[in-house]
Amino acid sequence: MNLRKTATSILLALGLALPAAGALAERTGYLFVSSENDNAVSVLDGNTYALIKTIPTGERPRDMKFTHDRSQLFVLASRDDRVDVIDLATLEVTHSIDTGDDPEMIDFSADGRYFYVSNEDDALVSVIDIEAREVIHEIEVGEEPEGILVSPDGKWLYVASEVANMIHVIDTSNHETVADIVVGNRPRRFAATPDGAEVWVTNELSGSVSILDGGQHVLKDTIVFEPRGFRAEEVTPVGITMTRDGKTAYVTLGRANHFAVVDVASRAVKDYVLVGSRAWGVALNRDETRLFVVNGLSDDLSIVDTANNRVLRSVPVGRVPHTVVIDD
Amino acid sequence: MPERNTILPRSWTRRLPALMVLLAGLLGAAAASAADRLAIGYLALERDARYDARRVELRNLAQPRGPAMAGAEVALRESRVIGRRLGLSFELDQASGRDADQLLEALEGQYASGVRFFLIDAPGEIVAMLASATRGRELLLFNVSAPEDVLRQEQCEAHLLHTVPNHAMRADAIAQYLVSRSWRNVLLLRGPLEDDARLAAAFENAARRFGLRIVNQREFVLSNDPRLRDQGNVALLTGGVDHDVVFVADADGEFARGVPYATVRPRPVVGAEGLAALAWHWSWDRHGAPQLSGRLERQAARRMAEPDWAAWIAVKAVVEAVQRTESADFGVLSSFIRGDEIILDGFKGNRLSFREWDNQLRQPMLLATHNAVIARAPIEGFLHQHNNMDTLGFDRRDSRCTPAGK
Repeated sequence: MNLRKTATSILLALGLALPAAGALAERTGYLFVSSENDNAVSVLDGNTYALIKTIPTGERPRDMKFTHDRSQLFVLASRDDRVDVIDLATLEVTHSIDTGDDPEMIDFSADGRYFYVSNEDDALVSVIDIEAREVIHEIEVGEEPEGILVSPDGKWLYVASEVANMIHVIDTSNHETVADIVVGNRPRRFAATPDGAEVWVTNELSGSVSILDGGQHVLKDTIVFEPRGFRAEEVTPVGITMTRDGKTAYVTLGRANHFAVVDVASRAVKDYVLVGSRAWGVALNRDETRLFVVNGLSDDLSIVDTANNRVLRSVPVGRVPHTVVIDD
Repeated sequence: MPERNTILPRSWTRRLPALMVLLAGLLGAAAASAADRLAIGYLALERDARYDARRVELRNLAQPRGPAMAGAEVALRESRVIGRRLGLSFELDQASGRDADQLLEALEGQYASGVRFFLIDAPGEIVAMLASATRGRELLLFNVSAPEDVLRQEQCEAHLLHTVPNHAMRADAIAQYLVSRSWRNVLLLRGPLEDDARLAAAFENAARRFGLRIVNQREFVLSNDPRLRDQGNVALLTGGVDHDVVFVADADGEFARGVPYATVRPRPVVGAEGLAALAWHWSWDRHGAPQLSGRLERQAARRMAEPDWAAWIAVKAVVEAVQRTESADFGVLSSFIRGDEIILDGFKGNRLSFREWDNQLRQPMLLATHNAVIARAPIEGFLHQHNNMDTLGFDRRDSRCTPAGK
């Protein structure tokens, strides 16, 4: 692990690019944080959290996702209406692909040939061919689409419409909307159980998570977050992630400055953990021993030990951090 | 864990026939095709002086940029996918009139065709007349542009809801901000209009409530008459007594335009100019605001202002009630809109709902200059035992609203 990183650093120092195409790329062990107001992605060492590099991007970088082969990181530059593609070997933007207006969140198709972005300003989801680098289809959805998720089997695309309080379920084979599911107010982001049986979506204004039945496309359950000492209106869930075994979900609570640890099977909230101001973006590392939370209004990253849900430390990052991902 | 929102649908399809029956029943006399349409009435005063082109052009800080209809149209567009799911089309039935009588006639016509929810974009006295003429009827009126306190107090009506903030909410928001800055000594300049007196009275109340000191209150006039120079000249009006800040009570706005930078002492100006408390400002950039402002700009080719927001949220309240209750029954919708279960997203960060005691929509106020929002009230630290937004305007204990039949 360390050797690999050292090797990468040496190659970087020499200005050499690692061959990335074809086989799975080597993991860098780096943390990537997009900062909306810095127009950049910060790269941190995954162990020391030291800043390795700041990669300039288009304006207002928001959601980020690794390609399936882990050779690239796609970063949405919302105000420039495009995705910037970062090569993980060189840590540089190699090229950009135009999306629709104001893209906010991104996910890839199961075969990795396409990506989907929600275009907040246009009430559209763009389907983009990665190789051709062009929009091949646009799907009309509710106003202000936000969260976007491809089901684990690749068949369904879930899109949250913030304004319509709905989740649109779209068949990825023909881009037809098969269901509109009413959820809580201002639905934001998704996580799915590994078998796709449950799709969870955060409701920012309702202070809750709606749980959708991934097979029936209906609302199945709702979990309301009530951390002690906060009024209902201060609890604004946005970010969400789940362990790979689908047993535990982590939900960031925005204004309440906490995240919740939820037992997926019983729906029980096991813990509320204090982090920074306006906690949104959240990610787990590969062995799921660490949880990373970015705090949009305190410009920092909280690093949490998942064994005891204790915050180990906070690390300053760029201005208004949006999303954190780790390549380990 | 129990669902907070017990009326969240589990399966719409099962209930669809029931809704159609309800709709058909509600719209009874209307054409058969009316079953798939829910119309919201929009009544506007013709030649409304508040939207006079010259006034709008002057762009006084607190003045609207155009009729509120644009906001209602944006909300209608947002309701499309909600309607798609319900097999229902939300529509706006627009009508205008030259006075209260004509507007009432238009309202009656729409009521006869099945409309039960009406947005009223008219000055306060016309809103009051329409509300008292429709008392006891099965309908709701949304006041989207009249800020007078009296409509929420003595002249309140059980079926009259207010989405636009009233004078007291604005004055309280500014007072909280001044306290937070420790600008406690205020020189109050008041114009000759009745509306100016109302603004000044609201600010005097707010000053008492939050512990500001009004060091002097002076009346201004718009005049170059040398015999009135004590009242027409900003330098003379702001000299003599020390103060931290100037509050201008000027509903018209023409005088207030000339106050900043014309004071004797270097003092900030608030109220009608400098810094105003508004329901909306185009420069507000949090909680999805740029997207909403952008939609309004595309709709109306101008920037979004307060009445647009008030009309937008009024339509959203009706749509939200239909979406959450899956009902077309007026009683069900009306009590949901006024109940404490409703969660309205005003793009100001808080969940909004109507105050039970006077039907005013509780909401944050934006303290804005011409091109920036400086703060959002309630200002941090101003706490309330139930809802911090109720530190703005009339709380339950301040209410003098006792409508007949409420």
